[in-house]
Amino acid sequence: MTFLAKPKIHHPSLPVNALGFTRRDYEGPVSTLCAGCGHDSISAAVIQAFFELAVPPHRVAKLSGIGCSSKTPTYFLGQSHGFNTVHGRMPSVLTGANLANRSLLYLGVSGDGDSASIGLGQFAHLMRRNVDMTYLVENNGVYGLTKGQFSATADKGSRSKRGAANDDEPIDLVMMALTLGASYVARGFSGDKDQLVPLIVGAVRHKGAALIDVVSPCVAFNNHPGSTKSYDYVRAHNEAVNRLDFMPERAPITTSQAPGETRDIVMHDGSTMRLKRLDAEYDPSDKVGAMAYLESHRARGVVVTGLLYVAENASDMHDALQTVDAPLNQLPDAELVPGSAALAGINASLR
Amino acid sequence: MTMRGLARTNDFVVKFANVNGSGSASANALFAKAILRMGVPVAARNIFPSNIQGMPTWYEVRIVEAGWRGRRGGVDLMVAMNPETWKADVTEIEPGGYLLYDATRPLAAGRARADVTAIGVPLTHLCQEAFADPRQRQLFKNIAYLGSLSHLLSIEAEVVESMLSEQYKGKAPLLDANRKAFRLGYDWSSEHLAPLGLRVERRDRVGDRIFVDGNSAAALGAVYGGATVCAWYPITPSTSLAEAFQRYCRKLRVDKATGRHRYAIVQAEDELASIGMVVGAGWNGARAFTATSGPGISLMQEFIGLAYFAEIPAVLFDVQRGSPSTGMPTKTQQADVLSAAYASHGDTKHPLLFPEDPTEAFEMGALAFDLADRLQTPVFVMLDLDIGMQDWLTEPFRWDDSRTLDRGKLMTAEELEAGRDFGRYLDVDGDGIPFRTVPGTHPRRGAYFTRGTSKDRYARYTEEGPAYVDNMQRLLRKFETAKSLVPGPVIETATQPARAAVVWYGSTGAPMAESLAVLADQGVHLDRMRIRAFPFADAIPEFIAAHDHVFVVEQNRDAQLRALLLNECGIAPDKLIPVLHYDGNPLTARHIESEIGEKARALGLVRGRPAVAAD
Ligand SMILES: Cc1ncc(C[n+]2csc(CCOP(=O)(O)OP(=O)(O)O)c2C)c(N)n1
Ligand code: SF4
Ligand SMILES: [Mg+2]
Repeated sequence: MTFLAKPKIHHPSLPVNALGFTRRDYEGPVSTLCAGCGHDSISAAVIQAFFELAVPPHRVAKLSGIGCSSKTPTYFLGQSHGFNTVHGRMPSVLTGANLANRSLLYLGVSGDGDSASIGLGQFAHLMRRNVDMTYLVENNGVYGLTKGQFSATADKGSRSKRGAANDDEPIDLVMMALTLGASYVARGFSGDKDQLVPLIVGAVRHKGAALIDVVSPCVAFNNHPGSTKSYDYVRAHNEAVNRLDFMPERAPITTSQAPGETRDIVMHDGSTMRLKRLDAEYDPSDKVGAMAYLESHRARGVVVTGLLYVAENASDMHDALQTVDAPLNQLPDAELVPGSAALAGINASLR
Repeated sequence: MTMRGLARTNDFVVKFANVNGSGSASANALFAKAILRMGVPVAARNIFPSNIQGMPTWYEVRIVEAGWRGRRGGVDLMVAMNPETWKADVTEIEPGGYLLYDATRPLAAGRARADVTAIGVPLTHLCQEAFADPRQRQLFKNIAYLGSLSHLLSIEAEVVESMLSEQYKGKAPLLDANRKAFRLGYDWSSEHLAPLGLRVERRDRVGDRIFVDGNSAAALGAVYGGATVCAWYPITPSTSLAEAFQRYCRKLRVDKATGRHRYAIVQAEDELASIGMVVGAGWNGARAFTATSGPGISLMQEFIGLAYFAEIPAVLFDVQRGSPSTGMPTKTQQADVLSAAYASHGDTKHPLLFPEDPTEAFEMGALAFDLADRLQTPVFVMLDLDIGMQDWLTEPFRWDDSRTLDRGKLMTAEELEAGRDFGRYLDVDGDGIPFRTVPGTHPRRGAYFTRGTSKDRYARYTEEGPAYVDNMQRLLRKFETAKSLVPGPVIETATQPARAAVVWYGSTGAPMAESLAVLADQGVHLDRMRIRAFPFADAIPEFIAAHDHVFVVEQNRDAQLRALLLNECGIAPDKLIPVLHYDGNPLTARHIESEIGEKARALGLVRGRPAVAAD
């Protein structure tokens, strides 16, 4: 018996996606974060992205660590299983979940403290293992939940709300993901939903580890003039390298842009991601170029956003492990337990 | 040398002193197996340091027709192949014993002992003559001394040769070279030396038993228990468990048509990640495990608490070693009992299984996965280096083909569709175990949020005191239920009515039967109870209540199982008398005899006249 997702009956005027779901089917309970928190805008982008992706909500597993950011999976995809794990360790739990069932879509949500401080090791190893997932870092440069300590992504020289300066070098998770072999690497800004939604859609469609580092101001502890993760700072210093659009599978590809401004990327599921280049120089398939671009802009205090790197035809951890197509958690006893005859052979070899 | 050496049949100890990495291990294993093939039981142990190259390593084989499983202590024949440890090795030989050495260079005066028969075989010389390749010359010295021993100890040469044929089936050049090396030692010794007073004589005392290490057995148990995900980080003495799982999976879990794997093994970046992966896989409905040792268990603490509180099945094989800290990584102990039983912060406790040998490591290795799913909690299989890394003569593995994997209370899509009430932390039938769903089961029902924070019966976040207490009490009820699901104790009564008893668990059982036989001869009669699991089944406190004095034998400094018994069963502390051994070497019967004997005499527990020991 198979169970197909049947959307609840909704007001007929609400727009529906290809599966007949409305945006509401991808929502969760009301957020308890501070009003104006960047994380809530990211939740809204997640809801919109999954609505556009038109996947049955229960086929998504959402996992997170600990922090205000890691709380957000409560507030979207209410019909999906969720798991608030422990601080900084979402990557290992998600890796295990993915090993158990490769047929679900995995969304990992984390914060900058969660991923760049306590969880930096697990972040790195998930990227290099190329676990098929979308990894969202809701990056506010601060520990929101524990009330305003610097995190490891806080820029050198930035000031805390109480005026203390950060003297340590920041960790750039985007740069790390590039060097560690992530096959889809992007940066977004919680204040730019138009850019963020397609970045999430692309990440979910991508096979392999997809990182989106989303600058997400903390209105309570890191939105003051001295902060480089405030709304004002990012709006003033943001430079988008490209914009994404999505072509549904088999839809006729029409182009209205002048040649040279767009680039189509075929995803492993057959759909097409269309990149509108804002910066004609920028080539998202060139990893070394991406690093140089990021570094030169960082030196000028410019936050580069957009899809920074994507490898087409990427593989994932299951390819490397050569696991069967069927999810491991659904294999019947007969395929798992070798039985007494095989055991007799083993006994014989041990005499 | 003309002195008369020891004369014993099927009851003596041979020890091999080798250099780690010199290829001696396979020759030594052949030696032990050849004796088993002659129907004579052996108890064998590797003694090794933690370095890989150039360091001493010993292999001790107790040939013991009586079938005792422990070390005896003392050495009757030393095969001294490591010049570095020569002095200590020679000292260890019992008076009247024997010393086998490489006589390529003459033995300097004063290097042997007057009360020991030194037997020289020019092993290096023989191999140099027979083999051209320098690597082979080195390697085949081991097989050559096996040939010598075969002659000296009256081990049937055909038995060894047929084992070589099995081992190198289809590899003719290797087989020929091995045979040649064996004959080199055998023929030279037959020509120049008389057989020793130590003799192996064919018997029929082995039956269908197998010779295997506990880590391989536990790994095979995991295969039969349906484990599909293994995440681990290398640490002695658990590494060979994960490696054996890989080996068995390659053999037993590969889809024939596609070559694809019905398992996933990940060498994680550390133990935090390995247990994290296990928790993730368990949450998602796969049977998952990790293999580690004490230091790894310490690193896993936070996740173990999460898995306990969020009720996620997980299996941890803890192959215990000398602790604390790096301690004695290549030595055995039972020193993680308390840290595993109460692992993590807050009020937590976890089921522990204590296999006594590889056979039980297999059985409990499989059972642990049923228990973890049934109880929805982390389950520890407590091996130790002695069980895990030593080859034991043990009952063959058995599997009942009618057995199915017990997945526990897993609510299906059909049940959800039919409208069955689903409360993730709701106790529907009083056993404290709620139903769970795995992600993706049903489009609209059964999804919930898993978290380490407190929640109500329907998995809704709450910090309300009563809801928290309600949940913690249910977890206690679940632990109560576990008492009847885990293996109960094995109880045996003494041949004479006894006021006193002895309790043990795990590898401590190896020398126990032998020491109890000796104690009974001395008039110390004890009832016995082998504990196989925590939480303690009701039969355990009942047994203790029925005795005035109970010796608790274990391999750690702080009498950890005793502490657990006191804490969990409310027993008067005076009643439980610790008998401890924790120097890292496997326990001997002699040690237990003398410790219990002395304490029993002080307590006036010696009954009647000590019987005269037979022969
Ligand atoms: C092992 C452990 N150490 C410390 C904490 C306390 N803690 C909770 S959230 C947090 C920082 C979260 O920062 P971040 O990931 O940036 O999330 P944000 O709240 O800023 O979104 C800390 C230190 C914890 N929960 N667990
Ligand atoms: S403290 Fe900061 S990060 Fe946390 S909810 Fe408030 S604004 Fe958001
Ligand atoms: Mg933060």
